[in-house]
Amino acid sequence: MNSAIACRNLTLGYDRHPAVHHLSGSFALGSLTAITGPNGAGKSTLLKGILGLLPPLGGTIKIADSLQGTISYLPQQTDLEADFPISVWDAVTMGHWRRVGAWRSLGRESHLQTQEALRRVGLQGFERRSVGSLSGGQRQRVLFARLLVEDAALILLDEPFAAIDQRTVNDLLAIVQAWHAQGRTVLAVLHDLEQIRHHFPQCLYLVRHALAWGETDKVLTPELVAHGRVMSESWDESAPYCFVESS
Amino acid sequence: MTLYEFFIDPFAQFAFMRRALAACLALSLACGPVGIFLLLRRMSLMGDALSHALLPGVAVGFLIAGFSLPAMTIGGFIAGLGVVLLAGTAARFTLLREDASFAALQLISMALGVLIVSTKGGNVNLMHILFGSVLAVDDQALLITAAIASLSLLLLVFIYRPLIIDSFDPGYLQRSGSSGMRWQLLFLATVAMDLVAGFQAMGAMMAVGIMMLPAIAARFWAKEIWSLMATSIVLALGSGVFGLLFSFHYRLPSGPAIILTAGMLHLFSMMFAPLGIVRSRLLRHGRHRKG
Repeated sequence: MNSAIACRNLTLGYDRHPAVHHLSGSFALGSLTAITGPNGAGKSTLLKGILGLLPPLGGTIKIADSLQGTISYLPQQTDLEADFPISVWDAVTMGHWRRVGAWRSLGRESHLQTQEALRRVGLQGFERRSVGSLSGGQRQRVLFARLLVEDAALILLDEPFAAIDQRTVNDLLAIVQAWHAQGRTVLAVLHDLEQIRHHFPQCLYLVRHALAWGETDKVLTPELVAHGRVMSESWDESAPYCFVESS
Repeated sequence: MTLYEFFIDPFAQFAFMRRALAACLALSLACGPVGIFLLLRRMSLMGDALSHALLPGVAVGFLIAGFSLPAMTIGGFIAGLGVVLLAGTAARFTLLREDASFAALQLISMALGVLIVSTKGGNVNLMHILFGSVLAVDDQALLITAAIASLSLLLLVFIYRPLIIDSFDPGYLQRSGSSGMRWQLLFLATVAMDLVAGFQAMGAMMAVGIMMLPAIAARFWAKEIWSLMATSIVLALGSGVFGLLFSFHYRLPSGPAIILTAGMLHLFSMMFAPLGIVRSRLLRHGRHRKG
């Protein structure tokens, strides 16, 4: 199978300390993968690396040509300025940015797409409401509507279901399943192992490096989960430098 | 004194009052919307820092060409742009956040500017540069003020959409293959333009007041971006008109009179506007809607 994202000996980090350490492996095109692991295991960092926001300290990360320029990302809610007085409609319409840029007009088709996205996340009638007045679950629906509008082939979700009510989680999981069925490649950082077992065919258990990576049933064994908890290593100020190979 | 004598007569009789009024209108239209963006992007103090940073440029313009408004305006704009670029670059390549770099550069600029002016100009010129005098606005100054204000408004229209996206979800533009940094720099250039435009009428220190006070007060009146901007423009213009009248009738310096009027409008808004203390906390206490 073709790979969507191929990591070769990838090291990502901050201040020369690795958050993802010598990771090798690939995410297949059209796969639906959960990335899990203890806190500080490098899950969010890996997504940032895939987005190209963080240059690798070592190794390479390769995105398939067919996916270049069509990557969507769901940020953690704390990264948003929720106080900003923007309406639900405008926030979802942001998803058209790649097509319309700063000055082109939105046009009728974009209008319909925004409408359809709002319908699919169950936010009809909320168009004029300001995003700041919504609950956490509704706000997450807005961000999913924006992802629907973006219509990307590779979708990265950073803790999409953290602190969200069960009904919203079910609705949004259905959208993730639909993306998978349409052949889009989806990566989601998650913590709920039951959820991963039920809904995500592939799993990467990350503890800076891949502790296990493959089909979910084979990854999430009881021994591994217990092992992963104690593997959460600490930031060592005096850690020696890795031998850097020339690539 | 009749109402006519108080409100109309000064403008009907004196050309310098009419020019001052026109300058206030231009500044209100340009500064109102920009102030709202500064406020919503949590950069309320950034305008202040930037206004200080213009000073050495104005001073160098003064050194080269004497008390020439075009020279000082160009100098101020170049200095403002320089500080914006330096602070942005420093934020990107060092561990300092942008506001910290701004604070450092502002303090250096301020000291440098005062030093340059006082070595050659003396205290009167220094006072004029720092605090301006809207009543001394001549035709040339009015033209410069209005032209820069119009340009800045056009620039804001140009970056309006990305600016809103970047304010709500910082990082979205960068993730979508556009540089968020570019829009931020263009926005700060707009702020610098408005401050330079306001500098003749208000002075370097006071110009930022007409930008921020009406914007902050508008928060108590409106909830959407467009209505916030409209309110901010109206409040700025109101401060301009009444400030000028107070300044005329009671022989007060015009810059501080305008800013203090804006300040009073702000206090009034904080108390009595729809989202102010009285109506949102006291009157509606215990009352709620059904759905």
